Amino acid sequence: MAKGIIKLRQDICKACELCVSVCPKGVLGLDPVAFNKKSYHPVTVINPDECIACANCAIICPDGVINVYKED
Amino acid sequence: MKPVFEYTQGMRDKETHYCPGCSHGVAHRLIMEVLVERGELGKAIGVSPVGCSITAHQYLNVDMIESPHGRAPAVAAGIKRVHPKAQVFTYQGDGDLASIGGNEILHSAERGEKICTFFINNAIYGMTGGQMAPTTLIGQKATTCPYGRDLDNYGLPMKMAEIVSCMDLAVYVERVALNTPANIRKAKQAINRAFEVQKLGLGYAFVEILSACPTNWGLQPAKAMEWVTRNMIPYFPLGQLCCPEEVK
Ligand SMILES: Cc1ncc(C[n+]2csc(CCOP(=O)(O)OP(=O)(O)O)c2C)c(N)n1
Ligand code: SF4
Ligand code: SF4
Ligand code: SF4
Ligand SMILES: [Mg+2]
Repeated sequence: MAKGIIKLRQDICKACELCVSVCPKGVLGLDPVAFNKKSYHPVTVINPDECIACANCAIICPDGVINVYKED
Repeated sequence: MKPVFEYTQGMRDKETHYCPGCSHGVAHRLIMEVLVERGELGKAIGVSPVGCSITAHQYLNVDMIESPHGRAPAVAAGIKRVHPKAQVFTYQGDGDLASIGGNEILHSAERGEKICTFFINNAIYGMTGGQMAPTTLIGQKATTCPYGRDLDNYGLPMKMAEIVSCMDLAVYVERVALNTPANIRKAKQAINRAFEVQKLGLGYAFVEILSACPTNWGLQPAKAMEWVTRNMIPYFPLGQLCCPEEVK
């Protein structure tokens, strides 16, 4: 399986957790500590090695927070 | 590093005012992804509705005009006649399209206007605080039916895709949903077919997009997506009601 790399725009995340709910590998979660400028706990990568670059998370994100890349 | 998904240039670099988990953001993105991939961003003219997406023109990176409540298809029909080569589309909610704009949508379909309509059915008036819409499901609570919509008082929810598909010149009618990544991928294909129908001048194209309004449904976004799966899709079945050979 290709290894995926997730890039996040945490400043505009609204913490809806839709990305978390559709990730098959438990890669994403909300940051329990940090706040973004919108006062949400933004999404963060909690299991980077598990990502398979399926892009489910980016496809369901309503706010364009997530970009997905594949290692060459 | 190879890109698998990058946020489309078709969206302006602007945060939306939509609630967390609202489907409007996904619907906006899909329309813009399709226009970018078709190389038609500069050819598109959108008409935004009254409803939460009243500000769609601030987010979609195409020429847009705001219409009075429900009148988007009439405005779009006028634009298309003046700009016959443009890809003209309306973006409308269920209050806008099925309630106050019920007249305009049927007559645009009946006239076979060569435009596309993207109908965001979230079964509620989102913007005004959660009143019952023509598409509100039986048993669904809204501020104007706090015990749930009941058949005796309010009749059955309107199946707009089926109604529009009765018009012979509405040549492409499909219902899709934004509840899962797989369905979102299919929704994008339907949006592309709608623009292809318009490009070929085949007639009116209508895509109903089942969407979530987590705020007014009172559900966490992921639960709202489950609600679409469990309650909306059984009543509003997904699939094509009609589709011309040319775009199949
Ligand atoms: C002529 C007129 N009547 C009523 C309203 C109040 N109004 C604003 S939005 C809306 C309904 C919006 O619901 P919908 O089209 O489903 O859009 P959503 O917010 O759910 O996306 C209504 C009735 C208005 N703005 N103008
Ligand atoms: S690309 Fe797939 S595996 Fe990677 S974080 Fe997103 S949903 Fe999870
Ligand atoms: S889906 Fe988007 S907005 Fe929602 S939590 Fe994930 S990254 Fe944030
Ligand atoms: S009220 Fe509903 S439709 Fe409007 S922005 Fe919020 S979630 Fe979206
Ligand atoms: Mg609505």
